[in-house]
Amino acid sequence: MNATLPYVLCMILFCIGIYAMLAKRNIIKIIIGLSIAEYAVNLFLVLAAYRIGGTAPIFSDGRTPAPGSMVDPLPHALVLTSIVIGLATTAFMIALAIRLYGKYGTFDITRMRELRG
Amino acid sequence: MQVRAMSKEHEPGMSLIVKTVTRLTIGLIFLYGIYIVLHGHLTPGGGFAGGVIVALSFINLTLAFGGSASSKVFSLDAAHMVEALGAIMFLAIALLGLQWGGFFDNFLRSDGEPGMLVSAGIIPLANIAICMKVGAGIFAIFLTLIVIQKFEGEGRNR
Amino acid sequence: MVELYVLLGLMIVGAVIATEVKDLLSAVIAVGVVGLALSIVFLLLMAPDVAITQIVVEIAAVILLIRATLNTDISARSCTGRPFGAVMGLAFLGLGVLAALVTFPQGLSPFGNPLMTVSAFYPVNSMAGTGATNVVSAVILDYRGYDTLGEATVLFTAVVGVLTVMRATGRKESQDAGESHE
Repeated sequence: MNATLPYVLCMILFCIGIYAMLAKRNIIKIIIGLSIAEYAVNLFLVLAAYRIGGTAPIFSDGRTPAPGSMVDPLPHALVLTSIVIGLATTAFMIALAIRLYGKYGTFDITRMRELRG
Repeated sequence: MQVRAMSKEHEPGMSLIVKTVTRLTIGLIFLYGIYIVLHGHLTPGGGFAGGVIVALSFINLTLAFGGSASSKVFSLDAAHMVEALGAIMFLAIALLGLQWGGFFDNFLRSDGEPGMLVSAGIIPLANIAICMKVGAGIFAIFLTLIVIQKFEGEGRNR
Repeated sequence: MVELYVLLGLMIVGAVIATEVKDLLSAVIAVGVVGLALSIVFLLLMAPDVAITQIVVEIAAVILLIRATLNTDISARSCTGRPFGAVMGLAFLGLGVLAALVTFPQGLSPFGNPLMTVSAFYPVNSMAGTGATNVVSAVILDYRGYDTLGEATVLFTAVVGVLTVMRATGRKESQDAGESHE
């Protein structure tokens, strides 16, 4: 069980984010839910890269490495890109939320009439 | 919306303590961001983190002194220009690699030895371009969302 | 790794508080706590680049979120939620945890033994191939530089999008508003 417990906890965090996106009426709560889901996805990638007893993927003093003792550097590169893209998406959603508040006077999505399909 | 003034109503920005501490520290924050960018190929960090730190130092300036005081230092038009310049520089580095090998080829790879500041080919130059782009982009988003708002309906429930 | 589990538990508690509390400012601060704990978890998992980037990006996101909730109406009133959405969300949570418990032990390599079939190349060859001692920087700017170009494009598009959304009303609309004083 210790081999997959961090992954299961990460999945629970992701599901809490999805729950917040589905079940809340306030737009800010929906944005918060999406942020939590993004944190969970980045955490999952970095968890998959961890090696027990490994070191950070940086050579110090220019030594040649023991390549069997570093953590996996490729998911770190993916997560770096993903974090900045998450910030860009969150900023755009906040701009939309501010504009919607200016037009309707509320953050409640059930009261924004023109969003109904 | 002016940032809410805490000391006197006609002075934009925050209180005197915040202004004094900001004056002392934003130079250090800016320098730290540049340090992280320039040493991105030797120590953890790189262009993204350094760029956001540089943007945060300007955000600190804007929050402490008000929007009009900080636009004399770094206005919104200057932020757009710096961001576009960073993107063009990054693309230029990538396209120049085409001449020697392929797209994004590391054509300065053999100058310098690993572990020194001048090494690793195009990676420090690409880090500087990414820092300009990300830093100016985040600051432009901040200025647009927080300082400049003139549309209707804001403050209806005050 | 008991501190890893403590921090993961703190993140889950913080996420539950962020979704359930009524006051919007408290919810934003709870998300800030989740991001901060995540950055410490990244440091424990030997990922210093990712930890630095996560903490500064999360500070910027919390600043923007606080601006969105300032000067707005007081709280998220909770008369009737979206009951269909709440039931579906809880069903998703149950199914997700069940699927994780069933498929993770045989699908994922166990925690602490990364597969490294593709990326075994990078720590061995990156110092000779690029001359950079930071393997992650070499990966994102030399071996996979095209992805970084795509990420720069996404950030540029987001800035253009924010500027477009926050623009004042156009000329035609402001003329109409000027004539018929509504």
